[in-house]
Amino acid sequence: MAKFGSALFNRLVIIIPYAWLLFFFLIPFFIVLRISLSETAVAMPPYLPVFDLASGFGGFIDNIKQFSIDNYIWLTEDALYTKAYASSLWIAGVSTILTLLIAYPVAYGMAQAPNTIRPTLLMLVILPFWTSFLIRVYAWIAILKPEGLLNQLLLTLGLIDQPLIILNTNWAIYIGIVYSYLPFMVLPIYSSLEKMDHSLTEAAQDLGCTPIRAFWRVTFPLSMPGVVAGCMLVFIPAVGEFVIPDLLGGSETLMIGKTLWNEFNANRDWPVSAAVATILLLILVVPIMFFQHAQAKADAEGR
Amino acid sequence: MQRWSRFNIASIVIGFAFLYLPIVLLVIFSFNESKLVTVWAGFSTKWYVQLFHNQALLDAAWVTIRVGLISATIATVLGTMAALAMTRYTRFRGRMLFSGMIYAPLVMPEVITGLSMLLLFVAIGFDRGFWTLTLAHITFTMCFVAVVVQSRLLSFDRSIEEAAMDLGATPVATFLQVTLPVIAPAVFSGWVLAFTLSLDDLVISSFTSGPGATTLPMRIYSQVRLGVTPEINAVCTILIGIVAIGVLIASVVSRRREIQRVKDEQAAFAH
Repeated sequence: MAKFGSALFNRLVIIIPYAWLLFFFLIPFFIVLRISLSETAVAMPPYLPVFDLASGFGGFIDNIKQFSIDNYIWLTEDALYTKAYASSLWIAGVSTILTLLIAYPVAYGMAQAPNTIRPTLLMLVILPFWTSFLIRVYAWIAILKPEGLLNQLLLTLGLIDQPLIILNTNWAIYIGIVYSYLPFMVLPIYSSLEKMDHSLTEAAQDLGCTPIRAFWRVTFPLSMPGVVAGCMLVFIPAVGEFVIPDLLGGSETLMIGKTLWNEFNANRDWPVSAAVATILLLILVVPIMFFQHAQAKADAEGR
Repeated sequence: MQRWSRFNIASIVIGFAFLYLPIVLLVIFSFNESKLVTVWAGFSTKWYVQLFHNQALLDAAWVTIRVGLISATIATVLGTMAALAMTRYTRFRGRMLFSGMIYAPLVMPEVITGLSMLLLFVAIGFDRGFWTLTLAHITFTMCFVAVVVQSRLLSFDRSIEEAAMDLGATPVATFLQVTLPVIAPAVFSGWVLAFTLSLDDLVISSFTSGPGATTLPMRIYSQVRLGVTPEINAVCTILIGIVAIGVLIASVVSRRREIQRVKDEQAAFAH
């Protein structure tokens, strides 16, 4: 009996979440792919042919015959989409580098901190992650506005004569992404620095390395797994970011997440937005696989 | 202590100021007398009073809390199962795909997840509303729970489980009486994380929700687009307050449990 129960328990523990994710996470991607090959129609749902289980296998074959790659041709012909993909990758790339430059010293400082205050510092980095993303982005509007708090401060200090125009430019997007994703970069770097054996840097210094050289030759290479994980955690979601370009960016800012949203909500063109999503996914598949590989390796080491 | 240099302290102070200053300013200006968010005109709580007369906002808050409670609870069960599957069974058919489906939602742009789930609901003819919203939230939050619980299971001493099984406990009894009490703090923080993620989500909710199921972030977003007002600052402050209290309770509980566990272990060894 116990054996039977054990086998059943083991099976269920795997099967239930597995089936859930297959149905709600993986299968939807195939539906996206399928609808990206459909035609736009003025109907509900607004695409043709409509997927109909009742028509059986024959109907399914008919469906496939009606597939068209028109939406993809449309995407390549309209420069708007190509530009949106390119500028999303650029903005995400620049923001990732800026985030790394700010996060590394913070993570390094935390790893060097006395053991007694480390848990508190860690808690303080994690806390903003629990606060609403929307709220944190919203908070920057009041700061970056032409008559906002930052300009008021700089004008009072006499550092500038004219208010800086930051809101609704790419700079506001960089600030928004760096701010929102900073904890994602700090945490993995901190955890790889914390695990590091400090006798290694001491040995390098005893052997005549300057502290800066010891950092670049010993500490930084050893923190690479954390740096890579952090960069992936920032870069991948940032490429498809919607809230930040929508609230902080200007009307001329093109980012693919926003384009997809507008295509879907304003233009109600489901097949085109499905095609936009499919291409975005294809672009991100390599970094995502890379991230998973790194993650699986880290798990294997933690075992 | 020599390693903790001036440069280290400065970078931490600047980094944390950057993280917290915008939130602090937002909270301060929610108590502003003036309607202008950027000019201080005196202390007032009138925006909070006004909130409680905004029926649309209160309805949205109620939907958000219900979705959060239901989805976080189911996501915790599913996520804990997934974490067990990932750590206990190192090889089963399709394990690569399984771990892929756990990690991918963590980084997947929300517009893609939201759109794909919406198209699924349309394809199977499921009317959009409260339940599609809840299902979508379960799906993306369970992966976060799985990762949190998994990291606890990796450092778990399995010999006590084996001992329980040797003494005749069924797998279910072993799980409930031995494993669960040990991983409970991680399961609990997974639940809190799932709840706050559900509470905060805008993009996936906008795609998967239907008429009558507007969440608080969706309501806030549509107001933010019209401009910054102290009233939104007040809603945000309340949300931040709830999350801060939740996280504080979670950390106190887990620290207490940890201290208790260390004590128990010491007591056990002393015998």
